[in-house]
Amino acid sequence: MSGNEAVARGAWEAGASVGVGYPGTPSTEVLENLVKYEGVHCEWAPNEKVAAEVAGGASLGGVRALVTMKHVGLNVAADVLYTQSYTGVTGGLVYLVADDPGMHSSQNEQDTRNHGVGARVPVLEPSDSQEALEYTRAAFEISERFDVPVIVRLTTRISHGKGLVTAGSRTEVATRPYERDARKYVMMPGNARVRLRDVAARDEALAAYGSTAEVNRAEERSQSLGVITSGIAYQYVREALPEASVLKLGLTVPLPAQLILDFASRVERVAVVEELDRHLTMRVRALGIDVEEVDLPRRGELSPRIVAEAFGAPPLSRRELVDGLPPRPPLLCPGCPHRGLFYALGKVRAVVTGDIGCYTLGTLPPLNGMDSCVCMGASIGMAHGMDLAGSVERPVVAVIGDSTFAHSGLTGLLHMAYARSEGTVIVLDNRTTAMTGHQGNPVNGVFIDGSDAPAIDLDAVCLALGAGSVRTVDPHDLDATLNVLREETAADHLSVIVSKAPCALLIKDHHDPYAVDEELCTKCGSCVRLGCPAISRDENGRAVIDTATCVGCGQCVQVCRYDAIVGVGPSCDLGGGR
Amino acid sequence: MMMTTVVLAGVGGQGTILAGDVLAKVAVAEGMDVKLSEVHGMAQRGGSVETFVRFGQTVFSPVVDPGMADHLIAFEMTEAARTLTYLRPGGTLVVNRRTVDSLPVLIGDMPAPEGLEEALVGEGAIFLDAEALACEAGSPRSANIVLMGAASYALPFEVPTWERVISDRVPPKTVEANLRAFHLGRDACAEGVCSL
Ligand code: SF4
Ligand code: SF4
Repeated sequence: MSGNEAVARGAWEAGASVGVGYPGTPSTEVLENLVKYEGVHCEWAPNEKVAAEVAGGASLGGVRALVTMKHVGLNVAADVLYTQSYTGVTGGLVYLVADDPGMHSSQNEQDTRNHGVGARVPVLEPSDSQEALEYTRAAFEISERFDVPVIVRLTTRISHGKGLVTAGSRTEVATRPYERDARKYVMMPGNARVRLRDVAARDEALAAYGSTAEVNRAEERSQSLGVITSGIAYQYVREALPEASVLKLGLTVPLPAQLILDFASRVERVAVVEELDRHLTMRVRALGIDVEEVDLPRRGELSPRIVAEAFGAPPLSRRELVDGLPPRPPLLCPGCPHRGLFYALGKVRAVVTGDIGCYTLGTLPPLNGMDSCVCMGASIGMAHGMDLAGSVERPVVAVIGDSTFAHSGLTGLLHMAYARSEGTVIVLDNRTTAMTGHQGNPVNGVFIDGSDAPAIDLDAVCLALGAGSVRTVDPHDLDATLNVLREETAADHLSVIVSKAPCALLIKDHHDPYAVDEELCTKCGSCVRLGCPAISRDENGRAVIDTATCVGCGQCVQVCRYDAIVGVGPSCDLGGGR
Repeated sequence: MMMTTVVLAGVGGQGTILAGDVLAKVAVAEGMDVKLSEVHGMAQRGGSVETFVRFGQTVFSPVVDPGMADHLIAFEMTEAARTLTYLRPGGTLVVNRRTVDSLPVLIGDMPAPEGLEEALVGEGAIFLDAEALACEAGSPRSANIVLMGAASYALPFEVPTWERVISDRVPPKTVEANLRAFHLGRDACAEGVCSL
């Protein structure tokens, strides 16, 4: 099982009956797996804040609830979490948050343990799939026992790494009776101040619990070196430093002070090995322990070798074969509808404030299609702000995906209308949440279990929010898209353009592929500048289409002025590369 | 028992993830502790993909450092060159004789790397035309299983275990073709056809 699958299993075993989240790599598969179990109702929420509220409500109603997100998503939900820490829970409430050290698919690197400290909620850090299951179960117990939401923090290698897991069975937990208790659940200042005292007492109880809990354990080996570690770093330590004594912390917030002091007193030297921030290091030092300075990177992922070398192992020899290999960045798929839109945006020389999703890949050459990308929903506010700056002569256009628009674009558009903006917002409606693996969302009308859900009417919603016009274009039709873009960027009202065509990966019956007529191709390179992975040049500079990869979207046909791109009918050419 | 480390390297969409999963399940079926690590997300959109499979009595780290892999199975020659750094001296290198150009090459920003095949030969690579063999097996999409067949020749697992796991893991309609693909890959190595 992957760590994500194991968390889903653990939540089910713990008797959770509600699961809710927003998809985000590497956390997505938790909910996708939880939905397959009987007895758990799962939903994708439009964003993490809503998800946290839904889970909070379920907890208030007395059932166990899991809420899932990635590290940047916790920023969106943080407003909820920090107060839920005061209210506490009725049914167990667990946050599954997956961090992404090394930023394999994230816009920043962030250490969720910091939110644990900030919100004063416990953080559990499993180090493999088995622990992901066990800790998730434990998290629900801790949540109810200490009246607190609990964070289970994974990292990419735990989420997506797979290992052997011994699974258990489901414990049915009775719904805790709901009793009205406004002093606990209505956080007005007067009530909050009282609750804050309870929170302080809870901190102490939790720290004492951490010093005896099974999730924190000292492994005695040589006494000359004792390493304190948590999460995936534990595995690297075991592989790199097989002789060292290890204090493996499963519960790192709050810090199990007594356990750490005892461990430190039994070894000659104490070191801390942790990924990302020097979170444990600083907090262990604050206990007055003399933590050895180890030269470990503070960003990106660790590995056994990095740990071994930090403790003095000689570097391994490594082979390099060829210098200057071309990089292989991810790219928009053949036939991706976003390609047509970015092509048109390039034609009107737009400044494009971008957002998070597949279309972020439109930033890369040759489309060079985006000027900024900050966080979910930021494109719309950014476009408005750039207009306010008044320094750009070219049209400023915000692009945002359908799922992202539902996540946090609506409020941005509402603000533009309110602020009398005459800007242009393009909703890239590809009928799915493509980047994270094609989840349903409120725009495409697909529920998490694949069933039909009510789809919002984008036109009606945007008009109701105050857009002056809403027009829908087919981004595969380049001329039509270009015309609408020209008109709407020139219009003196707030415009929404819905660029609507399904993600290429959703289409089962593709059109027949196209090919380049060698005689007619003038080597102008127009089609190559679309950046379709199916199109390249041969050694003479002529365009060639890989018929095995081409899905026949027809965009390149429209950009060729010499009619050199022609249909070839069904193909079973092996093709691909040279 | 010693720990064995296998790195699978390819391009998003080539089926490395399925291949890694098959290998991991074979090792589990033969009673080993196994860890598998891959990073997905953006890599699925045609980016580089690396999958690490480690098996033995007890496996700690799911990730692998340069110089640590016993076997490198590359689904494409550029990725073979890129990931060669993982392979320890004396490790086996199985390479699909094929290149998939990345975007900088497709659009003419960078030249396609020259002489990859010769360079890889110099590193002791065993070559295979996985797509051609997959076609011969009747399923052009099973090149990944052809490569696992070739790799199986160097790995300590029984053929029936491979067959069982492959049958369970691939779509029911393609079981026969995938089993043929596995054997074509394995036989190619057995007969020395897949080496130069
Ligand atoms: S997954 Fe869909 S939306 Fe994403 S790049 Fe591919 S075709 Fe485009
Ligand atoms: S080659 Fe042309 S028709 Fe084929 S997928 Fe690419 S852009 Fe579309």
